[in-house]
Amino acid sequence: MTTAATGLMLSNVKIAVDGLRLLDGFSCAIAPGETLTLMGPSGVGKSSLLAYVAGALPETFVAEGVVSLDGRRIDHLPIEARRVGVLYQDDLLFAHMSVGENLAFATPAGLSRVERQARVRRALDLAELSGFERRDPATLSGGQKARVALMRALLAEPKALLLDEPFSKLDPELRARTRAFTFAQIAERSIPTLLVTHDPADAPGAILPFP
Amino acid sequence: MTPPRPTSWTLAGLALPAVIGLPLAAGLAGVVAPAFGVHPGLGATRPTFDVLAGLLTDPSFGRALALSVMSGLGASLLAVAAAFGFCALAAPTRWFARVRPALAAGLALPHASFAVGLAFLVAPSGFIARAVSPELTGWREPPDFLLVGDPWAVSLLAALALKETLFLILMITAALGQFPAESLLRTARSLGYRPLRGWLMAVAPQAYRRVRLPVYAVIASSLGSVDLALVLGPSSPPPLAPLLLRWFTDFDPLLQQRAAAGALVLLAATLLAILAWRLGERGIAAFARVRLLDGDRGGGALDRAVGAGAGGIVGLSLAVSTGALIVLALWSVAAAWPWPEALPRGWTLAQWGAAWPTILRLAGDTLLVAALSTAVALALAIAALEARPPRPDAAIDAVVLTPLLLPQAGFLFGVQVMWSALRWDGAIAAVVCTHLLFVGPYVYLALRDPFHALDPRLARSARSLGKSRLVTLLQVKLPLLLRPLLTATAIGLTVSVTLYLPTIIAGAGRVTTLATETIALSAGGDRRLLGVVAITLAALPFAALRLALGLGAWAARRRRGLAA
Repeated sequence: MTTAATGLMLSNVKIAVDGLRLLDGFSCAIAPGETLTLMGPSGVGKSSLLAYVAGALPETFVAEGVVSLDGRRIDHLPIEARRVGVLYQDDLLFAHMSVGENLAFATPAGLSRVERQARVRRALDLAELSGFERRDPATLSGGQKARVALMRALLAEPKALLLDEPFSKLDPELRARTRAFTFAQIAERSIPTLLVTHDPADAPGAILPFP
Repeated sequence: MTPPRPTSWTLAGLALPAVIGLPLAAGLAGVVAPAFGVHPGLGATRPTFDVLAGLLTDPSFGRALALSVMSGLGASLLAVAAAFGFCALAAPTRWFARVRPALAAGLALPHASFAVGLAFLVAPSGFIARAVSPELTGWREPPDFLLVGDPWAVSLLAALALKETLFLILMITAALGQFPAESLLRTARSLGYRPLRGWLMAVAPQAYRRVRLPVYAVIASSLGSVDLALVLGPSSPPPLAPLLLRWFTDFDPLLQQRAAAGALVLLAATLLAILAWRLGERGIAAFARVRLLDGDRGGGALDRAVGAGAGGIVGLSLAVSTGALIVLALWSVAAAWPWPEALPRGWTLAQWGAAWPTILRLAGDTLLVAALSTAVALALAIAALEARPPRPDAAIDAVVLTPLLLPQAGFLFGVQVMWSALRWDGAIAAVVCTHLLFVGPYVYLALRDPFHALDPRLARSARSLGKSRLVTLLQVKLPLLLRPLLTATAIGLTVSVTLYLPTIIAGAGRVTTLATETIALSAGGDRRLLGVVAITLAALPFAALRLALGLGAWAARRRRGLAA
């Protein structure tokens, strides 16, 4: 990429599966703190695009195109080297760990134990879940799980965030609150975010009809 | 149309727990009573500690017990570590699915063939020594040291670990289908974890919970190993289980009683070992919570060592299994093959021709026992699964699965006492019933989860079309479960063909199979005949597995929605 721009840039992304072309030259640029929303019917490749950016596209897919993050090309990197956080419909909390351990798992290496615990506590406070360190994730409500999953993704200090219909399993009232919480956290950290949804109310900013 | 009375289904569902639980209870009673000197038939009804005291003063006992515990626990530790390490290494990659058939084939190699082939490979007079002698070693004749049958049972430990690693990997692979393992790994990776570390921390603990039963079964069968121990273990004294077999088949009634007391000790040692393992699990979990949640994303020296070690053990296991087969095949067609030549001087089918009638008879009896025990196990397992409520029934599971968690030598002597009281000993029927104690649990396990995963609405819609419960089972459920049924059949046949101690005990020397003959011949010097018998033994499970996979694939091509 020639631009040294910050943020997440996709250029000329093509994805095909079983000879069927899902995407043919998709491009976009998302500045730090900005959220781009992709909206469209199922099966048009929205989730495949997110999987391509995250590095988790199944091997049955054929894909190409440049993905760069803060000027660094990441589309050839393995998932763990991309620094792209992902949230799905399912919270995917680790069932064998407590809430606090799920969060501690995401904190960076090289911290003292005291600092690690402080970050976990701060994240729980932000999520209005103070004192939940030792709780079993299975005992949490849907909205609580979604907030823990978001905080876990953010504790890993990602440089971009992908949201794959993360609110669709929540009931309407919870949905509005969780949405507000999520975008407040993202804005505060200035992370470029790509959101895929069916619900126009989910979008905090620009909506790109898709495909 | 009158629906079948619920009581008939309930009764049918109890048949499997009954044919397993009753002999098991009789077997345990038949071990406990003589261990305390109680023989109602001989008028001895007062319990004494004389027999146990006699056991404790036996010069072989202490060492035999130590050998069993060391080799059994050591092999289990190594196998669990290697199996999880290998899955951590391979599960995140695309070749994991591709090595599974090789692992399954390696697992299907019966213990007796594996042991004999391994001995042929690594014994001082074996294939590897031949291949490098005298050029590299300078040996003009086989060296005089014990590489197989070493006094500390190290070769037994290694062989057990190599064999059980494959079993555990396949059990872990099955467990990975029961929770979103791939998504969890992806999540860990998107948080920055390297695949191996991410798998071990995010996926392995949840997989371990689901394979706890097979892990404990590995502990029990390693501590109580008889067939591998007879071929590869030390002999003076041997580990406890083969020593018990020696005592039990002795004519001296004092030694037979001592075998019962020893069986009781073996049972206690196994239960203690499993208990200690359970405590160890807690310790490791506590350690992991405190020390491993430090944000380290992996990729360091420790991870590389885990991957290399586990990959090495699995590679060695497959190589040894393949090498064992090759060297058995070589011996079965070898003419003169003097030491230290790497290959036979000539090839001949003479031993096959001479052994042919024996092979046919042995294979016939082996298959008869396997087919009968598998057929009965399938029918009773289906009845048990159909009869019970949709939720897992813990009591039935506990009874059916218990034989897998006990060392065979811990209760089979008592079962044999029951067969002889019924004047059944040495009959094919007694061997089949004894095999059921092991074929039954494995067939049940293979069917249980697919049976419950079947969408209940399918059966309900068949019932609402006016079909009876039996017709629904036969015409809807079982055809949908064709592939799990084929797998269960292959597993049942393989388990039965492989069983050594249950066959030799219940057969009372009158029913011999390829497995018992392989072990019997391994003590003698006729390597050619041993090669012929052991390779035939190895061929049967392979054939069963191939047939099951082939039929399953054929069925899946015709109906793509069948349960996998």
